Amino acid sequence: MPEEKDTGDSKRGLLGMFDTKVVQQKANEDLEALKKPTKTELYKSVFRVKHDDSPRSRTLGVLSNVFLHLHPAKINRDAVAYNYTWGMGGISFYLFVVLTWTGVLLMFYYHPTKVQAFRDILYLEHDVPFGKLLRNMHRWTAHAMILTVWLHMFRVFLTGSYKKPRQFNWAVGVILLVLTLLLSFTGYLLPDDQLGFWAVTVGTNMARATPILGHEGPFGPQFGMTPFNDVRFALLGGSIVDANALLRAYIWHCVAIPGFAATFMIVHFWRIRKDGGISGPSPMMLESEIKNPRR
Amino acid sequence: MDWYQLWEIISLPDNVPIVLLMIMLPFYTWYGLRQAFANDRLIAQLEADPEMAKTHHRKTQPFKKGWPREVHVWPYLLRIEFLATVIVTAILMVWSITLDAPLEEPANPSLTMNPSKAPWYFLGLQEMLVYFDPWIAGVVMPTLIIVGLIAIPYIDENPLGNGYYTYSQRKCAIWTFIFGFIVLWCVMVVIGTLIRGPGWMWFWPGQTWDHNKLVFEVNRDLHEFVGLTGTWAIAAFGTAVLGAFVAVSAWGTHKLLTLTEFNRKILDRMSLTQYLLLQLLMITMISLPAKMIARLVFRVKYVLVTPWFNI
Ligand code: HEM
Repeated sequence: MPEEKDTGDSKRGLLGMFDTKVVQQKANEDLEALKKPTKTELYKSVFRVKHDDSPRSRTLGVLSNVFLHLHPAKINRDAVAYNYTWGMGGISFYLFVVLTWTGVLLMFYYHPTKVQAFRDILYLEHDVPFGKLLRNMHRWTAHAMILTVWLHMFRVFLTGSYKKPRQFNWAVGVILLVLTLLLSFTGYLLPDDQLGFWAVTVGTNMARATPILGHEGPFGPQFGMTPFNDVRFALLGGSIVDANALLRAYIWHCVAIPGFAATFMIVHFWRIRKDGGISGPSPMMLESEIKNPRR
Repeated sequence: MDWYQLWEIISLPDNVPIVLLMIMLPFYTWYGLRQAFANDRLIAQLEADPEMAKTHHRKTQPFKKGWPREVHVWPYLLRIEFLATVIVTAILMVWSITLDAPLEEPANPSLTMNPSKAPWYFLGLQEMLVYFDPWIAGVVMPTLIIVGLIAIPYIDENPLGNGYYTYSQRKCAIWTFIFGFIVLWCVMVVIGTLIRGPGWMWFWPGQTWDHNKLVFEVNRDLHEFVGLTGTWAIAAFGTAVLGAFVAVSAWGTHKLLTLTEFNRKILDRMSLTQYLLLQLLMITMISLPAKMIARLVFRVKYVLVTPWFNI
């Protein structure tokens, strides 16, 4: 910004504030500054870099923003077309964000106890403003996320994106897949209705049959397993789906698994960058170009 | 034809994701394979014409000399991401306003739901319970699915098809995945949702879910077909049959891995551990449809019966 020329009355500092002229001039300066908000110290302190339309600014705009900096500054020009990634990974992440948001809101109304859980859901459905919408959205988003994660995995497979150097990130992805399913499953019990109760009963009954660790599994009894000390007991905090199971499901659902999932997502995104960004669409390799493996 | 019954199943709010799955999965399979075939045509051209292969940019995407290889994330990617969140939010809003999440009666341990079903994404496992004992369907299979998925990049020694859609360069891998993911997982989920009714009995789409339906089918263990007695004889017989199954499937898998010149080239690169792990996973995968046929067609309950566990 070019310095303004001295016009007769040289600018004076605020020390002269008892002079009306100075006050007027100062007020004018402040009003002028409002016209160019991007030049103010306040603005600069928040955004740190200029946001004009130059390549440098575009790059810095992404790199110096904590939410965007997981992106590289530039990417493969063909990778932005929808047909390569189907956008499913990104959508899965967005759905996870929506779930966290609606989930936290639901937590304000929900008590994980046998006496209150079901009533809380009724309360949400009938009395809480937008409570029904909130609950619906949490549930449908969870279902949608499972679909998008499956399709994301399918896309990654079809593009061979798990191949070198992305083998490990595929493994991280598989863990995310399992965590997504477990998140949904633990949430199923929380309304404490017949649907959740029997689904979780069917689900955890399988744990009875774990070899060696379940009391109905192969070699379980031989290893001293009973309904009161096997893995199912550990999962449910009891021998039937009851108050302890509700509390355990709640803690897994609201604290532990989201924590793990978020952690693995950070690793997942970090690895995408470290593995050289999105895998393609990359130039095709021909059969005649396969190198012999090192022996 | 009971259209009402069909509608009742499909319109159950919790089943909407499966209806979506039945639409989206075929769509995206087609969408991906279409690009794979387009790329394959170009690959065939390039293989036939080495001169062209030297200079071609090797993508089916449009390309002009002088275009930069990369574009700025802002705005070219971020605007897409923004648009995606807006569209997804709109869809979720409409979905949440029009369809209510289910809420049944309060949990009641003394009143069994019939059919009592796991959440839809686990119905594949629940369907497996028909064919295998819980320790296999509920514990061993899920473990092998997770292990198998993680193992994929470490088994697949084929360097082609890294970062682009192709079918011709990865036939084995693609068929295996489609078999495992679509046939064994997604189709089982659909069966568990749409076909299995009260008492977990098989109702064709449009057949009325009759709660009093009784099926007088007698499932017999395989050794009863030959009339064996005596624990050891039975166990030995079962082990032999199981061994034969493993041998046949391993042989079939091996045939597949050596089917073409290209397959043999890839097999040659594999280590012994990779090969054995691949065989284990393939045999396990084949065992599911094998047991399904044995059960649904021949009414076989167990193949191997021992005092401790049955298969
Ligand atoms: C909560 C679940 C998941 C989230 C939020 C997620 C997110 C993402 C995102 C945003 C990308 C960038 C490219 C894209 O959008 O396709 C990506 C790439 C990738 N994902 Fe996931 N993902 C998840 C689950 C999975 C699963 C289940 C797998 C595989 C089993 C997987 C394997 C990969 C791989 C290998 C890449 C790199 C692909 C490439 O470079 O082309 N992810 N993921």
